[in-house]
Amino acid sequence: MDSISVKDKKTNKDYGDYVNSISPPSNIVINCIKAFLTGGLICTIGQVISNISKNIYNMNKEDAATITSITLIFIAAVLTGLGLYKKIGKWGGAGAFVPITGFSNSIVSPAMEFKKEGYVLGVGAKLFSIAGPVLVYGISTSVVIGLIDYFFVR
Amino acid sequence: MKAKSRLGGQTIAMNQNPPKITSRASIVGKKEGEGPLAGYFDKILEDDLWGEKSWEKAERRMYIETAELILKKAQKEPHDINYLFGGDLLDQIITPTFAAKSLGIPYYGLYGACSSMTQTMSLGAVMVDGGYADHVLCVTSSHFCTAERQFRFPLEMGVQRPPTAQWTITGSGGVLLSSEGVGPVITHVTTGRVIDFGVKDANHMGAAMAPAAADTFRAHFEDTGRGPVDYDLIVSGDLGKYGRQITIDLLKKDGYDIESRFIDCGCEIFSEDQDVHAGASGCASSATVLAGYLLKKMEDGEFNRILIASTGAMHSTISVQQGDSIPGIAHAVSIEKRG
Repeated sequence: MDSISVKDKKTNKDYGDYVNSISPPSNIVINCIKAFLTGGLICTIGQVISNISKNIYNMNKEDAATITSITLIFIAAVLTGLGLYKKIGKWGGAGAFVPITGFSNSIVSPAMEFKKEGYVLGVGAKLFSIAGPVLVYGISTSVVIGLIDYFFVR
Repeated sequence: MKAKSRLGGQTIAMNQNPPKITSRASIVGKKEGEGPLAGYFDKILEDDLWGEKSWEKAERRMYIETAELILKKAQKEPHDINYLFGGDLLDQIITPTFAAKSLGIPYYGLYGACSSMTQTMSLGAVMVDGGYADHVLCVTSSHFCTAERQFRFPLEMGVQRPPTAQWTITGSGGVLLSSEGVGPVITHVTTGRVIDFGVKDANHMGAAMAPAAADTFRAHFEDTGRGPVDYDLIVSGDLGKYGRQITIDLLKKDGYDIESRFIDCGCEIFSEDQDVHAGASGCASSATVLAGYLLKKMEDGEFNRILIASTGAMHSTISVQQGDSIPGIAHAVSIEKRG
């Protein structure tokens, strides 16, 4: 960082390197462990719901999967509404964001946030402001994979 | 032709009718009211909405009540005030504009991101010193919830913040600058340049703004012939703990050691255990700390001469999305207790 001064203009890269050297990074190891535990717990809950659906209510595999998704989305939506999911997200990071519960959180939170701008231009327009990219590229990817499957795999 | 109040490249000396800070007020949110400076603020909100229908309306009410408090303390009416200079963080600076509508004071709305407190004070001081106004009201505000939704994510989104992220202050603060009356005097105004060292991380505003703060302080010292030792306290707006350190390091390279007398408002308003990571940010950071804490300390005689620069990160969500780096700015105001 010797070379950096406001007066003698050095490259932005020197400054960036210096900034990185004094700024603490996020604690990746701890965050990964927390994400693993959080994501693992959510998926375990999903597995329990799936097993109950299959073994107790005698559902077939597809129905059980659907019920599992719906239940997890519902639980996450309620937790978001109660202001609890942001705490889970803050602690669990990607572990809370990647599962379907994170998807639910990313739709319910703008719905709550933008209600004040009305149901059409607020909730309606902003509902997918965060989940939108996930939908666009998720659906696009599924189309591509479906085509590959149809033409090359079958 | 020579401008008689001009000092060097960036500074104006108040040498005709130096403006006095004759009144001040600050209102903060609940979380700020739980911090170490709580006792210095005039009012503390019970919650983020403050009984209003939206956070934007709550911020507006904070702004209006701050302005009214300043006037009340100075025993003035809105029609006594020549100008209102105001700023906030929101698109089209709606908070001061809507507040100006209900206050009915001739108004200039300024956007300087978080630098708006000293930005408004700079222009207000010039108005008074130049003999164009007797009373100028300078008020700025920010609100955690309105800033989050505009610049980042909905509040209920479960996201993690990196250690360098900062917490936007909910609050409003302001001062009344007058040609006559009792109060500390604004002696110099140093206008900042927009400085960009290529920082693109919107979670590291301190790094984006620190070079601008260092540049403005350096310009102030060069223009006035003063040095850090001439000030009891040198203050930045909202650099946070890392930005503060960067500013110290950058100025050291220029031969100015400010470390022992340099504080950042963003590092003062919250305590370590309030989970705000690198510190506070927002227009209200320097506004509430100046109007609540620093000017009170000047009244008490603890500081006699301070240099304060509010610091702003001048990006928008669009400029960031288009890959632009974050330009910073800082405007410095020198305040002195006389008599």
